[in-house]
Amino acid sequence: MSDESEIRIDARGSFCPGPMMELIRAIKGAKVGQVVVVLSKDSGSKKDIPMWAQKAGHEFLGAAERDDYAEISVRKSH
Amino acid sequence: MHKRLLIVGAGTGGLMVANFVARDLYLEIERGDIDVTLLGEQDTYTYQPGFLYVAFDLMRPAQLMRPVRELLAPGVQFIHDRALRIDAGGHQVTRAQGEPLAYDVLVLATGSGLNLEEVPGMGEGAHWFYTLDGALRLRDALRHWQGGRLVLTVGVPHKCPVAPLEFTMMFEEWTRRRGVRNKTEIVYSYPLGRAHSIESVADWAASELEARDVKIETFFNLESVDPEHRVAHALEGTDLSYDLLVAVPAHKGDDLGASSQLAEAGNWYPTDRQSLRLHSQEDIFVLGDATNLPISKAGSVAHFQAEVLADNLVGLLTEGSPPFNHYNGRAFCFIETGLERATFIAFDYDHPPTVPEPTNAVHWFKQTYNRIHWANLKAVM
Repeated sequence: MSDESEIRIDARGSFCPGPMMELIRAIKGAKVGQVVVVLSKDSGSKKDIPMWAQKAGHEFLGAAERDDYAEISVRKSH
Repeated sequence: MHKRLLIVGAGTGGLMVANFVARDLYLEIERGDIDVTLLGEQDTYTYQPGFLYVAFDLMRPAQLMRPVRELLAPGVQFIHDRALRIDAGGHQVTRAQGEPLAYDVLVLATGSGLNLEEVPGMGEGAHWFYTLDGALRLRDALRHWQGGRLVLTVGVPHKCPVAPLEFTMMFEEWTRRRGVRNKTEIVYSYPLGRAHSIESVADWAASELEARDVKIETFFNLESVDPEHRVAHALEGTDLSYDLLVAVPAHKGDDLGASSQLAEAGNWYPTDRQSLRLHSQEDIFVLGDATNLPISKAGSVAHFQAEVLADNLVGLLTEGSPPFNHYNGRAFCFIETGLERATFIAFDYDHPPTVPEPTNAVHWFKQTYNRIHWANLKAVM
């Protein structure tokens, strides 16, 4: 069963803790099935987030390119 | 017209906001036009960055603590009590030992604390320097250190983002001074795929740690600790055995947010990144660790936010003007790189930091700041 509401985090301009840490923080507080969407200008996020999602056993849903940032989505799987 | 400013939390952010506002509005307070009230659960202020130094026998606990009443600007009324619930609609805060406190403007500076329950076995198996008790326990362990494997882990989120690197580099030099470096293995682990969340710091740290023969374990999010077998387990599936485990525990916000139904997961208040207003509340502001902002949880952030917020509060209380001063994400962090040298990083929402070469001078600047932080709290400096 999935929770329809998504958690959106605007991490643009966040150098510390940064988009990836914000994703981990949000995933920890999310319900199973909930989607976390991180807005990030950090180029490393598009590589690091799917890598971490795979290691941690969560579902990487994709990275959508916007004007000068990306929207990166991960579903909490457990 | 009489206006009441209530600030909940007598830590760095709360004290600074109260004191900045009181110094600007001293005449109005004297006339009785404005009340500035600070509600704090603790009546002793503790300088938390000092815990790291206590662990290495470089500072004593008494040097870190002062009564809150000695840190107040004239005109600030301090109430020593615990806030129980914010009644946003009724514009009042209920508390444990007295009548509810009504407000016209409310500032939440309730900080953050350790979430030890999140990691099974952490309480029994790990040390930390994020509380005074923890720093003293770690100090005792270090006093008896004769060699072995020290593992450092980092929880998410945590306050003072550079402290894991500081501890690691200070410990490395400390073992050399004690003549046990050749018997000591140091493993620095981090939750991301690099040594720090800030890319420039990560690049610099990787080079520093490699030069000091410190092993780096990335993508390590501590999930549980086996104190009997001395193993730290990561949710990514990696295990690290240890002789001494130093954990930077994950943090959570104060329970007040949850009991008031104003905070989101983790007890963090949803806050506007520029005005510091609590979302959907015109008369409530948040600063310091208590916000949900994707910025460092650090004393310098509370300080810079307090300056901005105090300006806006003065305008709001005296003229009813909306926030005109915006917080730009500014942060400043010293980084001790051993026992005698330090560097620093300074950044904001638009400018990432670079890491200057560590110097003896910056180390002594930090040592000085450790001892004159009180002037900062009182809004004198």
